Amino acid sequence: MLEFLKCPVVVTAEVNLTVVALAAAGLLSRLWQLAHPRAVVSDPATRPDSTQNLDLRPVPPWGPGGLSVGWLAGHSWMEDPRERESVWSSDFDEVYYGQYISFYMKRVFFLDDSGPPFGHMLLALGGYMGGFDGNFMWNRIGAGTDAQALGPSSTALPGHMQGAGSEEEQPGLEPAPIWGAGTADRGLTHCTTVPAPPEYSPNVPVWSLRLLPALAGALSVPLAYQIVAELHFSHCAAMGAALLMLIENALITQSRLMLLESLLIFFNLLAVLSYLKFSNSQKHSPFSPAWWFWLTLTGVACSCAVGVKYMGVFTYLLVLAVAAVHAWQLIGDKALSHVCVFCHLLARAVALLVLPVVLYLLFFYVHLLLLYRSGPHDQIMSSAFQASLEGGLARITQGQPLEVAFGSQVTLRSVSGKPLPCWLHSHQNTYPMIYENGRGSSHQQQVTCYPFKDVNNWWIVKDPGRHQLVVSSPPRPVRHGDLVQLVHGMTTRFLNTHDVAAPLSPHAQEVSCYIDYNISMPSQNLWRLDIVNRNSDTEIWKTILSEVRFVHLNTSAVLKLSGAHLPDWGFRQLEVVGERVSRGESTVWNVEEHRYGRSQEQREREVELHSPTQVDISRNLSFMARFSELQWRMLTLRSDDSEHKYSSSPLDWVTLDTNIAYWLHPRTSAQIHLLGNVVVWTSAGLATLLYVLLFLWYLLRRRRNIRDLPEDVWLRWLLAGALCVGGWAVNYLPFFLTEKTLFLYHYLPALSFQLLLTPVVLQHVRDHLCR
Amino acid sequence: MLCATGRLLAARAATTLSAPPKSRGSAFRCRRRELHFPEHPELLFCDSSAGWLTRPSVPPGRRAVLRRGRMPPAMGGGLAGPEPRPRRGRSASQAARAAGTEAAARSPKRPARGSWRFEAVGRWVPLALVTLLSFATRFHRLEEPRHICWDETHFGKMGSYYINRTFFFDVHPPLGKFCAFLGSWLVPFAYLTVLDLSRSLPAALLTAALLTFDTGCLTLSQYILLDPILMFFIMAAMLSMVKYNSCADRPFSAPWWFWLSLTGISLAGALGVKFVGLFIILQVGLNTIADLWHLFGDLSISLMTVGKHLTARILCLIVLPLALYTAIFAVHITVLNKSGPGDGFFSSAFQARLSGNNLHNASIPEHLAYGSVITVKNLKMAIGYLHSHPHLYPEGVGARQQQVTTYLHKDYNNLWIIKKHNTDSDPLDPSSPVEFVRHGDIIRLEHKQTSRNLHSHYHEAPLTRKHYQVTGYGINGTGDSNDFWRIEVVNRKFGNRIKVLRSRFRLIHLVTGCVLGSSGKVLPKWGWEQLEVTCTPYLKETLNSIWNVEDHINPKLPNISLEVLQPSFPEILLESHMVMIRGNNGLKPKDNEFTSKPWHWPINYQGLRFSGANDTDFRVYLLGNPVVWWLNLLSIAVYLLSGSIIAVAMQRGVQLPAEVEGLSQVLLRGGGQVLLGWMLHYFPFFLMGRVLYFHHYFPAMLFSSMLTGILWDTLLRLCAWRLAKGIHVVGILSLLLGTAYSFYLFHPLAYGMVGPLAQDPESPMAGLRWLESWDF
Repeated sequence: MLEFLKCPVVVTAEVNLTVVALAAAGLLSRLWQLAHPRAVVSDPATRPDSTQNLDLRPVPPWGPGGLSVGWLAGHSWMEDPRERESVWSSDFDEVYYGQYISFYMKRVFFLDDSGPPFGHMLLALGGYMGGFDGNFMWNRIGAGTDAQALGPSSTALPGHMQGAGSEEEQPGLEPAPIWGAGTADRGLTHCTTVPAPPEYSPNVPVWSLRLLPALAGALSVPLAYQIVAELHFSHCAAMGAALLMLIENALITQSRLMLLESLLIFFNLLAVLSYLKFSNSQKHSPFSPAWWFWLTLTGVACSCAVGVKYMGVFTYLLVLAVAAVHAWQLIGDKALSHVCVFCHLLARAVALLVLPVVLYLLFFYVHLLLLYRSGPHDQIMSSAFQASLEGGLARITQGQPLEVAFGSQVTLRSVSGKPLPCWLHSHQNTYPMIYENGRGSSHQQQVTCYPFKDVNNWWIVKDPGRHQLVVSSPPRPVRHGDLVQLVHGMTTRFLNTHDVAAPLSPHAQEVSCYIDYNISMPSQNLWRLDIVNRNSDTEIWKTILSEVRFVHLNTSAVLKLSGAHLPDWGFRQLEVVGERVSRGESTVWNVEEHRYGRSQEQREREVELHSPTQVDISRNLSFMARFSELQWRMLTLRSDDSEHKYSSSPLDWVTLDTNIAYWLHPRTSAQIHLLGNVVVWTSAGLATLLYVLLFLWYLLRRRRNIRDLPEDVWLRWLLAGALCVGGWAVNYLPFFLTEKTLFLYHYLPALSFQLLLTPVVLQHVRDHLCR
Repeated sequence: MLCATGRLLAARAATTLSAPPKSRGSAFRCRRRELHFPEHPELLFCDSSAGWLTRPSVPPGRRAVLRRGRMPPAMGGGLAGPEPRPRRGRSASQAARAAGTEAAARSPKRPARGSWRFEAVGRWVPLALVTLLSFATRFHRLEEPRHICWDETHFGKMGSYYINRTFFFDVHPPLGKFCAFLGSWLVPFAYLTVLDLSRSLPAALLTAALLTFDTGCLTLSQYILLDPILMFFIMAAMLSMVKYNSCADRPFSAPWWFWLSLTGISLAGALGVKFVGLFIILQVGLNTIADLWHLFGDLSISLMTVGKHLTARILCLIVLPLALYTAIFAVHITVLNKSGPGDGFFSSAFQARLSGNNLHNASIPEHLAYGSVITVKNLKMAIGYLHSHPHLYPEGVGARQQQVTTYLHKDYNNLWIIKKHNTDSDPLDPSSPVEFVRHGDIIRLEHKQTSRNLHSHYHEAPLTRKHYQVTGYGINGTGDSNDFWRIEVVNRKFGNRIKVLRSRFRLIHLVTGCVLGSSGKVLPKWGWEQLEVTCTPYLKETLNSIWNVEDHINPKLPNISLEVLQPSFPEILLESHMVMIRGNNGLKPKDNEFTSKPWHWPINYQGLRFSGANDTDFRVYLLGNPVVWWLNLLSIAVYLLSGSIIAVAMQRGVQLPAEVEGLSQVLLRGGGQVLLGWMLHYFPFFLMGRVLYFHHYFPAMLFSSMLTGILWDTLLRLCAWRLAKGIHVVGILSLLLGTAYSFYLFHPLAYGMVGPLAQDPESPMAGLRWLESWDF
């Protein structure tokens, strides 16, 4: 017992004071007066645009009944893609990330196509630590100091509970109608008189919101030092790299704001550093704890970089490539046994391939776990996804009967959601007898697709063989391949298509609700149900889950959303056509709301249609299904690119021909500009050029067997080039292929690698050329 | 074409001679095929009847050669089975097998040179067979359908433009529209390439069979399209590159020079047809770099010799193709010297050289003066002239004032009068002196037809909502201060005069400071589908906001001839390339247009309807032979697997037997080259933003078929070495037969079919609809 007390307990700590000093300097430069300016830092040029709100959509003909359609009201800015563009276009100011932080605080689901959620989550973590409650009107310009509360109470579900007027309470979701519909002239004058940037209200913990990016920016400084040191260059060179990183004002500016670039740079550098540490420990102590630690950290840092921004993928690929080359050399090492080589490869595969994927999934898992309430972006997602969120569709669809039966009342949503998510709709108005271009129509009742909830979206599934419009007991479920008729609930007319050209797509058939004008056009209203995602051929049509197509019996046309907007006579709703050879998502529909019809009389049925559907259980989607849907939507969502005052092309970045004005105080004219240090940028550019020239020179001479450098110096020189020049290239060159609007800050990750190169090249010149 | 028909007849006769349809099975099949070809009564009784009919016209000599060259009679007899159609394919494969086994039997160690050239016959007969078969399949039923298919409208139209010498604009470089039957040469080219890469006859024959029996290649070769020509040049470049690589041991010899310059010529051809030709240039370039790198590292070669090698490559692979390419362009431009529908896409100076264009041989005043009547053209391609007309913007779209648009065609409504901003005196009054417009002047532009001024104000533009609206405003030239524009010439000092055509200027709105530009977006019906004109508050220099003066009328000024303005040939070259590249990128998918994704292609996910959609039409459907394509796909996976296994084994220093060593060299070197070709011709499409079609994959498909040939031959040889000798023969034979049989199944896709669609279970094609997405 207590034997161990006899010998002294000694902890030896190796502290590199240089690193500590550099970290301190970095912290000082990044954290000093972090909370200043206490205003939303956003580019003044975009501000009037982000509030543009021209309400072009028709006023929905809400039914007179009591069913509140209000849950849609909160979503209305998603309706018009152009409105989305105007809100999402300027993704470099604090407004942009700020609204997502609010969503995190409110646990409201959102969809951001600019990057994976890890970066947003880190920013939100800062807000959480600072006790931010999410109540701030991020993009209501002029909202000024009075912070408006999210809703009647902060726990209230946004939007759905309130009536149609609840737009006002939505924070940052709804472009502020300060110069709303019609009064465009008044609004545009804002372009010339820049409005004051809104100040943060006291409840916003500015300091802690900006803390994490600033910390990441500060820690990049010692990282730079260590990377150069691990590349086996002198401490002097390492110091130089760290100093360059420290004093580069573009990096300082970017990391002092609530933005993601500094996080990305931090994780990029961390990945490179830990890989270097790992490969250095490979030589003397493979499979030691340090070896494992650095290997794992490489994988973790890579996946964090990817999780912050998609751009991180390129650094990840670079690290993978270097690791692959090293692994290939390892395979060629005949001193190792086969088993040993296999273990090495397996460890690398697990740490660098499997672990990042798992972590990436984990980010999404946490993201979806946190955001469980329905929110403004719901409509982009499928019905099943929406049903998995609390509030929103789940409230409506809970307790719906699962199996659609003959006599069911349903709303049919187009699965594709392009150009807008919408529901199959009809109303009393008929197609105009003669279109503008002189073609004729059937003059029957219009069938459209309507992007708003409406009582006119209800259809009744009818058995062609029977007359009743109610569900028999027991209900007879509809199966794949069954013939059905679809009866429009409010007008009791049958969904019909025939050989008449559709209004806007003349190659396709018109779809109408049949009116018998006693002319020689018989009704053709039989549709065969085709369940697309069926498992068996007798599968039952299920609410939300089944994706169905309606194939017309007489013409084998398929009911399809053409995507075109009808002119005024169709109230600018979307055109629905029957097309013969057609596939794709736009022909697929699913049942969203569903209940068993009970009333045979038309009057009673109208009341029934107006009443809300009842409530019970919730349907859960598996995580992988939700993840893949979310990821897919994020990657395929394309916001229209718009030009911007401060946008620039990749070529401008190298020559520092561009800048971004982040903030301007209206009275004192104090400003924050993102602008690089010319000396640093020029020297980094020259160093890159010199490196490439020297490298080619050495390479050609080595090929002719003239060895200018000792072998170890050459390998060091190669590795430094692969990581620094390679890191710069992979973070820079892809921008030439992207079609997005680009800004100067996109160059900063590339720059951070390029900075490392300057001292490396200088030292090399001193050691080997100027001897 | 005459010769082609002759060969077609020969081929048809040849197919029928070997086995007349006797058995019941064949009769039954003939009847079934009636479903497909009701329009062509002469074909009702299979090809046989046609063959018999045409028989007298066939030169007997050729027939005899065909028969004797093909196969031992016993084999033929054994194969003359119940089906008449696949016989052709099968007999060829028999021949291949026969020749192949013979070759294999005689030369078990292939690289040994002595046994390789055992007889000239052994080399030429299979090649001749392959070529003939390829021609036969390609020219069979070439004349159907008689109507225009798919893109033929496009390229056929261009052909007629050449004949009329009308200038047109196309997104592809010009060569390619001259001829149509090069597609048949693909098969012998691929055959020779594989033969050279793998030194194995069975591999070459397998490749040839895959390509011959691929319905997709066949369909594509049968129509007036650019792709067969492009593929011809790609394969020619590949073949000559491989050939010259194998001459590497005799540098600077005559064949070496021949193949090297032939590579260059083919590259020029490939690039001249389509820009996709860039990929083969990339491949040849990579190969050359590797080659030079190898030479450079060879210390036994002096630097002088390396320099010679480098110069030779520069001459043959860079200078020669460029010269040829430029020559093709020069021909294109000199031939097309008349004005045509493509004019509007080009700059004013460019148009001046087209006869028939109003700028041709025109003489107009050189400098802009107040009172001049002008047309103003946007510098960006396909935007057109500043235009206005007496229609108002509709309710709700900005202010209800007169529309200002851009319009691509010449029209009186494009005319504007330049006036001073402050005086309203008539500048055309003969007593007043001529006053030139200078850079930096503040002007007013009055629309000549409606006498309204070009105007802008703080209303949002109709489509681009971040810009300001531009309207026509005022009555008889009297408006307000929002009609004033400052004219600024790009890259000029203040005070300079403004030249017609040559000066590029911007119009800056004085009050709001925005720049007049066109967004290029099409206005809705109310704007007559002309393009939107806006005033952009962003002062970025883009071509959208730069204009030049095209027509210029001012009686008070002396006219000068426009001859001096004509661009030089390099300028023409540059401009037409810029326009082409932009046009290519501008090919974005429209509504209801059929497009496909690159990942669809290798799995043969969906074909392309060439002609006919309904069950009564004569339908041709571009779809690869699924057996061939899926085999190719499988081969790529197997190749990657086996290649990496071999590479790892070699890196680990495993000692391989000499036989295996040789085979794996073939696999890694030859296969690697072909795989690189496949990747270069496939992966770049993932990055392209333009509209993509299925047929873009075919160059890559050629490479992947070559890979399949090399891979399976090598793998089967490895198996044969390990297990039993027979495996190789049986394996190759079954692959050949399998492809031939699948071609028999799927040939209606290429040769056309009539009858119910395949969705219909009644249709004879119903059983062949292996994927839901095929809609033939």
